[in-house]
Amino acid sequence: MISFGPTEEQEVARDAMREFAASAIRPIARRCDEDSQTPDAFLEQAWQLGLVATQIPEAYGGAGEARSPITNVLVLEELAHGDAGLALAAVSPALFAMPVVEFGTEAQKRELLPLFCGERFHAASLALVEPGPCFDPTALRTRAERKGDGFVLSGVKCCVPLADRASHFLVLARENGGDAVQAYVVPRDAAGLALAAPEKNLGLRALTTGTLTLERVEVPASARLGGDAGCDARRIVNLARTAQAAVLVGVSRAVMEYAIPYAKDREAFDEAIAKKQAIAFTLADMCIEVDAMRWLVWQAASRLENGIDATREAQLARSYCAKQAMKIADDGVQVLGGHGFIREHPVELWYRNARTLGVLDGAGLV
Amino acid sequence: MIDFTLTDNDKKVLDSIRAEALVCRNYARHYDENEHEFPPDELPEAKDFPPMMSLFGGRTKDDTGLGVISMMVAGAQSWGDYSVRMRRGRGGLGNAALRAAGTPEQQQKWGGLTLAMAITEPGCGSDPSRVQMTAVLDPTTDEWVLNGEKIFVTTGCRAEGVIVWATLDRSAGRAGIKSFLVEKGAPGFIVAHKEKKLGIRADDTAAYVFKDCRIPRGNLLGGKEEIPKESSGGFAGVMKTFNMTRPAVAAIGLGISQAALDFTREQLQAAGVVFDYAPGAASQSALAQRFFELEALQEAAMLTVMRAAWLSDTAKPNNLESSICKAKGGAAVREITQGCIELLGPMGASREHLLEKWFRDVRITDIYEGTGQIQRLIIARQILDYGRTELK
Repeated sequence: MISFGPTEEQEVARDAMREFAASAIRPIARRCDEDSQTPDAFLEQAWQLGLVATQIPEAYGGAGEARSPITNVLVLEELAHGDAGLALAAVSPALFAMPVVEFGTEAQKRELLPLFCGERFHAASLALVEPGPCFDPTALRTRAERKGDGFVLSGVKCCVPLADRASHFLVLARENGGDAVQAYVVPRDAAGLALAAPEKNLGLRALTTGTLTLERVEVPASARLGGDAGCDARRIVNLARTAQAAVLVGVSRAVMEYAIPYAKDREAFDEAIAKKQAIAFTLADMCIEVDAMRWLVWQAASRLENGIDATREAQLARSYCAKQAMKIADDGVQVLGGHGFIREHPVELWYRNARTLGVLDGAGLV
Repeated sequence: MIDFTLTDNDKKVLDSIRAEALVCRNYARHYDENEHEFPPDELPEAKDFPPMMSLFGGRTKDDTGLGVISMMVAGAQSWGDYSVRMRRGRGGLGNAALRAAGTPEQQQKWGGLTLAMAITEPGCGSDPSRVQMTAVLDPTTDEWVLNGEKIFVTTGCRAEGVIVWATLDRSAGRAGIKSFLVEKGAPGFIVAHKEKKLGIRADDTAAYVFKDCRIPRGNLLGGKEEIPKESSGGFAGVMKTFNMTRPAVAAIGLGISQAALDFTREQLQAAGVVFDYAPGAASQSALAQRFFELEALQEAAMLTVMRAAWLSDTAKPNNLESSICKAKGGAAVREITQGCIELLGPMGASREHLLEKWFRDVRITDIYEGTGQIQRLIIARQILDYGRTELK
């Protein structure tokens, strides 16, 4: 049945996130961007929202609520409305934990999931994106070769969120020279794993990201996510693409909601610039596209929630949202004119964030 | 719960409509190339299809809401052909206006007629406050005397009557405009001609002339003869009409652009283009990438239509959303059909295929029922909280 109505619980969660984004994220976003830092205090504060632990089954210490990609996109849009980098930082442990919930063996769940059910923030991350042009999540360059009972991993991964803090990485790699992609749990202290200094990026600076080099890293057979059955790496990519698109909706809405009051306040030629059709229509287009983007994201999330293949919908949502968010942020800078270029206003930050987010191709981030 | 899956009952309706739409498609080229002809109300091959109402039997609260499914039905019909679609259902845009603005007695009296709606004149379109057609009361006979011209009247030839806008006092602006019901056959009411158009050529689009046309005093819709000082008079009723029809118009356009996409995909696949949604941009062909872009545009636009209809189904206001979907749909269908021809090259421009016709047919979507610019004006006023004097 086609419905655009969130459940009551989802509305409550969305409202709470909207409140948190306004009170705890937006006020620190500029400072975090300037410092290129994700503050520990913020991560601890966000941890209290239970973003990760709620969807971990009770048997492993979580709250046991149903895993819901729809709830997640609602939450992400709100958090990203505060700041995209901090939103991604807050949910980044889920990048690791949720694939374990979905595909992990009993032993993997027992070992790893309790890490995310404590009082304190716990970082672990997904290593998917690879450096250089022509990155393609279906044609990874990182390899996993079978050696004895285990595997040897070789390759380079970048844009790994909170890599500086992560205790474990979920590394996606092509197995045994074939096309099939599988995921491997690699502890931070594994021999051969090197972590470079934090990356310096155009945007999303409030999220520290890192580059991992895997030089013949040996892991046991038990490190393969899902054991012999493996995991559905395509679903992991689809979830990532959908989540990325949800973040782009949040960024776009932030731009629109900032540009509207600005345009009503700013005067030129004796009246508010919002009274000029050139500006008013630009704002109307933002409103149209924020809606259109959101429904594409919901459509993809709904398929993921129902366990239906969402490869097509996730790709369409991701590519559409990347394009439109860039346009909205670009128009936002233009509506503000010179002030759009000044770091006193957040629009230049959103402009950089929109560009950075849009090129990750569903990769890495969430 | 947020959901986008169709139930078995939904699929049953849409499958039947699509099958019938394909029958209509067989006639599409003929009526496009023979503009002076009107398609029959019922096609011989289509007579065995179940009537629309029977398809909606047995629906439950677990099925998609009637508003949303109606939008999908509208799209499925125009996916076959815009002009040659099921004519069994009576009623035109004028019937919606009658329901929105007529007194109960008027609705009772004329509800059974197919009614067109005539607003546009040779000199006024998007700004109906410039209506030049006049209505003057003749107290000796208790009749209104109408004088003026109307163009672009949808269903204008087939309709049995028309709701027409005329002004009681040009100096009163919008407040002076009233709507009147004129039945065919009224003295001085002339159906001048069927318009010749870029697309939707089989469609019944008429031009009217009213020359000292006399109608009974009771034919003023809503019955209020005085000119209000402040309010917008007849405008409110008409605007309500548009809130109900804008999503439908977008849905109809998107049915046509869906046909264009389906055809383009088939042809490209037959020519060896691979469509795989999994790889990143680096591994996609330019043709596939462009196609995905158009496909995303199609789905985004259709979702805004469904959203506006869902709000209506759940008794929530949808003024803003019906303008959003009309603006989005109108722009999307243009880009999609233009893009499909671009993707197929000369084949796309050939009259051997229907794609070039869809490209022409769909262009009206961004014009009638309020152009894309008018929709943006409405949207901008709402999000900026401006009235029409503050944002012109």
